Amino acid sequence: MKRETIGGLLARRLFLRKLGGAAAAAGAAGIVQKVVAKSDYAPPPKSFPTADYDWTRHRWAFGVDATKCIGCLRCVEACKRENEVPGDAHHFNTWVERYVYLEGEDKARIDSQHDPANIAASGSEGEYRFADRYKGAKVEKAFFVPKLCNQCTHPACVQVCPTGATYKAKDGVVLIDQKYCIGCQYCVQACPYGARWFNEEKGVTQKCYWCYHRITKGLQPACVEVCPVGARVFGDRNDQQSPISLFIRNNRMRVLKPESGNDPNVYYVGLDKDVV
Amino acid sequence: MEPLVHAAAYSGYVYPNETVIGWTVLIVVYPYLTGLVAGAFTVSSLYHVFGMQRFKPVAQFALLSSLCLMIFVPMPLLLHLGNPQRAFNAVITPHWTSAFAVFGYAAGFYVVLLLLENWFVFRPHIVQQAQRRNGLLGWFYRALSLGSYDVSEKAMHYDRKWIFALAVTGIPAAHGLHGYVGFVFGSVKSREWWSSDLMPAIFLFSAIISGVALLIALYVLSCRLRKTAVDLECLKGLGFTLWGFLMFTLVLEGVEFGALVYRGREGIDMILEYVTGPLIVPFFILQFGIGSLVPLLLLTYVIWGGTTGRALVIAVTTSAVLVLLAVLMMRWNVVIGGQEIAKTGKGLLSYQPAIFGREGILAAAFVVIAPLALLAVVTRLFPPWGDEAA
Repeated sequence: MKRETIGGLLARRLFLRKLGGAAAAAGAAGIVQKVVAKSDYAPPPKSFPTADYDWTRHRWAFGVDATKCIGCLRCVEACKRENEVPGDAHHFNTWVERYVYLEGEDKARIDSQHDPANIAASGSEGEYRFADRYKGAKVEKAFFVPKLCNQCTHPACVQVCPTGATYKAKDGVVLIDQKYCIGCQYCVQACPYGARWFNEEKGVTQKCYWCYHRITKGLQPACVEVCPVGARVFGDRNDQQSPISLFIRNNRMRVLKPESGNDPNVYYVGLDKDVV
Repeated sequence: MEPLVHAAAYSGYVYPNETVIGWTVLIVVYPYLTGLVAGAFTVSSLYHVFGMQRFKPVAQFALLSSLCLMIFVPMPLLLHLGNPQRAFNAVITPHWTSAFAVFGYAAGFYVVLLLLENWFVFRPHIVQQAQRRNGLLGWFYRALSLGSYDVSEKAMHYDRKWIFALAVTGIPAAHGLHGYVGFVFGSVKSREWWSSDLMPAIFLFSAIISGVALLIALYVLSCRLRKTAVDLECLKGLGFTLWGFLMFTLVLEGVEFGALVYRGREGIDMILEYVTGPLIVPFFILQFGIGSLVPLLLLTYVIWGGTTGRALVIAVTTSAVLVLLAVLMMRWNVVIGGQEIAKTGKGLLSYQPAIFGREGILAAAFVVIAPLALLAVVTRLFPPWGDEAA
């Protein structure tokens, strides 16, 4: 049953990739083989990460094509469900920002799904929608920017953790040991991207970890999986033909807040000067 | 029952996760307490190390105050932690790149140092009481004497050497500890409001003035309660000290704020909107105006005019109380202010402290009052006023 579901999803993604271009499809095919191989033979998870996962053999990276994002927020919903993120407007592993330049205005108007107007439009904090708030206005330029943890090469959050509960895995993902975190929230303060949030119930910090429980089994992060337009790209940079390697090679990249010295690993296409 | 999440109201654009202010009023109280410790210790060192005789009436009291305050310094942190039972993880496996990794060691070392110095200072009293008293208190003093009843001149000479050595060691320990608390904030590069090289120095100097101010207020209060006259020479000396360090603090704060505005890096628009809006009252009026300029002018007038007697006591005490307010506001404006300016540089948040609960105003007030209550008890067991101790 599970294999069928995964197989179905893969077939659909493969189809979409083909539409996206031959190069991307070639990359996806590599992933497909791996995913199939992993999901066929992977033993049930005994430890975290999975017992047969070798983190020295991967170098994960994430790409965002902001020109493709349509702001449907399926990624936010999928992430909340997949990672059991509290369903309110104050805790997000990933979110989407909307930038709108109205005619005659120099600065972008920015909002995200947590904005009261957008919550009013969706009807609840647990439903995610962008309100049609600029309906009557003359919009000069508008775009969406998905955000998530940048799994930085020099993460400020890891630097400030007094216990070492948060650490950088060999494959590049910044992880948090929830059994060791004391809940001081120094890391929350230190992250320039606002990627970390505090789980009041558990008394520990949490954040996006690129669905580590999935990628270590050869699956894609939930947000990548559900994105209907391929705005989110994920893969292994050690694999020259992976979607992310191709994405980085074939595009001019930018990262967020490079001046922070954090050296982030989420690569963006289609940013604008006002993107925060 | 308090709700689990206190979301902050905001304007402009802030990251979704920022809408919960993580460091609350407890983290305001934490540097406030450490600062009071450092300041009180400074006064005690002025007598014990630098031999300034005019501070003798408050030297022992200052030392006791440092100890009582220091014992409660970890409390706001423990109350704040999501998993306080794991607090020792930071000591067992310190992560050395963290500015916070040494806190456990530094605080532990300093508590031991204060215990030792207090023990040596009050040893004659402990021995005397151990020999005089019976019952529970007698047992208490006998245990504290550690079996040594030798108060001969030779032993006292030996004690004085220890007190001197501990007081000398305590100066870098106390000031290092507090400068380091400033570093905890100043080294956070994600917040323009905190990220400053001057932060440790500002924390340190404001710590000294807060500690001196607390001693003035408590000393005058204790004289009233004990119905004894205030030692005017001592009070004047404390007033001078407060005046001097207050000037340093103001200059440093002015330079830091000026540099922040002058550099005008990204996000400065929002900072200016913040300081000229929500920060007018807590920053310009309470911290700078009423809390710093008024006492500075008042103390200048007193020193210049050679005021003495009751007027001196009133002026210096008023200044001290105002400075205590200013430093509390400074801690608030740094800790809360830093979080009210969104990391996006495009929005402002507004922190609404909870009243009840672990991170509420009441808990924070308790943490501030508890060391003073402890001090009231401890001064009865170890009278720090020269007349009674003799």
